[in-house]
Amino acid sequence: MTAAGAILPPRFASWRAFGVLGLLLAGFAVLAARSVWLQWVESDFLRRKGEARHARVLEVPATRGRILDRNGEVLAVSTPVQSVWAIPEDVKASAAQLKALAGLLSLAPAELERRLADAGRDFVYLKRQIPPEVAEQVAALGIPGIYQHREYRRYYPAGETAAHVVGFTGVDDKGQEGIELAYEALLAGVPGSRRVIRDRLGRIVEDIASIRAARDGRDLALALDAKIQSLAFAALKSAVETHRAKAGAIVVVDVRTGEVLALANLPAYNPNNRARLSGAQIRNRVVTDMFEPGSTLKPFTVALALSLGRVGAQTRIVTAPGSLTLGKYTIRDVHPAAAMSVADVIRKSSNVGAAKIALALPREEMHAFFARLGFGAPPELGFPGEAAGKLRPVASWQPVEQATMAYGHGIAVSLAQLARAYTVFARDGELVPLTLVRTGMPAAGRQVLSPEVARTVRAMLEAAVQPGGTAPRARVMGWRVAGKTGTSRKQENGGYATNRYIASFVGFAPVSEPRLVVAVMLDEPSAGQYYGGQVAAPVFAQVTEGALRLLGVPYDAPLVPIGLPGEGEEAKEST
Amino acid sequence: MAKLNLLLLAVLVACALGLVTSQHQARKRFAELELEQQRARELEVEYGRLQLEASTWGQHARVARVAGAMLGLAAPDARRVREVAGAAGPQEAP
Repeated sequence: MTAAGAILPPRFASWRAFGVLGLLLAGFAVLAARSVWLQWVESDFLRRKGEARHARVLEVPATRGRILDRNGEVLAVSTPVQSVWAIPEDVKASAAQLKALAGLLSLAPAELERRLADAGRDFVYLKRQIPPEVAEQVAALGIPGIYQHREYRRYYPAGETAAHVVGFTGVDDKGQEGIELAYEALLAGVPGSRRVIRDRLGRIVEDIASIRAARDGRDLALALDAKIQSLAFAALKSAVETHRAKAGAIVVVDVRTGEVLALANLPAYNPNNRARLSGAQIRNRVVTDMFEPGSTLKPFTVALALSLGRVGAQTRIVTAPGSLTLGKYTIRDVHPAAAMSVADVIRKSSNVGAAKIALALPREEMHAFFARLGFGAPPELGFPGEAAGKLRPVASWQPVEQATMAYGHGIAVSLAQLARAYTVFARDGELVPLTLVRTGMPAAGRQVLSPEVARTVRAMLEAAVQPGGTAPRARVMGWRVAGKTGTSRKQENGGYATNRYIASFVGFAPVSEPRLVVAVMLDEPSAGQYYGGQVAAPVFAQVTEGALRLLGVPYDAPLVPIGLPGEGEEAKEST
Repeated sequence: MAKLNLLLLAVLVACALGLVTSQHQARKRFAELELEQQRARELEVEYGRLQLEASTWGQHARVARVAGAMLGLAAPDARRVREVAGAAGPQEAP
């Protein structure tokens, strides 16, 4: 024991062993506490940090809705294109590569060099919106410092034909004109974003959270019929060229539903290539321009007189001596007659006759009737910049104003308002609200006239397109048509121009069961002819015939070819 | 007691491995789903482009031009069109 005790080191005090043990235990306790702390208390923070190392926020693109015609034909569609941009400082390319790049982007090599020479900027667009095939070729060049990103571009396959209705979007894919602007909220998509985890190969392996759900824009079906639209545009274009008119407009309305089947304007523009656009090209004259309608308003004067019982269709109106002087203003007829029936006032388009009928009417009634027809209030098509037209307050009406308004002067309307007002005659007295969007359902109208009066005026309007009326050129083979011409002098410097006119025609067909209202307007026809019956009525005939055939409307007239009116068969209109 | 603990340990390890595997499987499937969705988007884009093309070729004015100039077609005179009674028409056929 003593020997063993001799080689053993001197015995240490036992508190040292306990001390070491205690320190070790304390160390473990600290580690355990730390791990508890990390596991439970700080776990969210750490998890976030971890995700941040391999989680990414991705943009979820949303597409803009398409615009379709009533049969589903595409009028506007967005498709992705690439935009090429560069960081000038980083671009290192050989002369041959630059030449190839300039060729692909169809830029002049000097122009490309100028853009790349600007080393101070770190973002330069080389070319925006190029087709994907070209973009692939650009990428294949492999020039460092040249990048691409995806954008959406809007295409309009119908081109200028439907340009004024559809409108267009800007480079940022936001609506700027027409339906694109009016229905921006519906068409526009809302891009979303989401947080995802990518693996080391860049594949998305887990969806952590959707920050904002993407919402694609909705498609919009318009009331337009692309075929009728194309027909109307072509007919209007040829008339504008033949008569060297400054502008022209046409609108075709389905009487039963109030849908606008065609709406065209000239001058037009190609929405796919909008370099050098002028305001005159963009303007949708049908809804935003107002003009003095002239004689196309006479049927309404007569209709009011008929419904108030002041005249009958055969009442004789004394029109001798072919002029009527009210104060310092004289109303004239082109073809003076001693007296004519109310029906002939419409058929021959007599200003004196219409004025005399109007002067016998209470002005409050006349104002109220025009207001009920929708004059002086926007037609509520939902189109940007709709004109309300001008209807003076009744208190300011003098007899001369009442007389001139009877034949469409001293009042201004848009072509859309005029077409809508004519639905009254086509629908037995009901005024039908117009719509640019497809509804496919019969529209409920508002009764403005009694059916009897509407039918009486309809008969008068049919007589106006027969030989001896003002618009025999409006007739078509196979269908009975009815309508009224208008030829009004343009206003300038507070008076009326002597040689500048607006020729118009508003009519409907077939008379036995009206289906379409077509309104045509030509601004300043200057190739000699300027009467509505000569300039606008043939456009009406062409479009009506084609549209009725396309719609499959049954014939209601014998199939006898219609020749041009003979000498003296066409009444000249008073302007 | 020790045996039970060992058994539970084995079960625990198996569960942990299962969790890892299923997580891996889920991620693989998800990556596949993403690829398919990407493909769907690309097809959507192509569909839009084809629609655009179809609409461009099918413009009424162009069809009329081709029919008239190249094929020598013309709309028939209304007198040469015969209307067939509705019951025999293709639309009304049962």
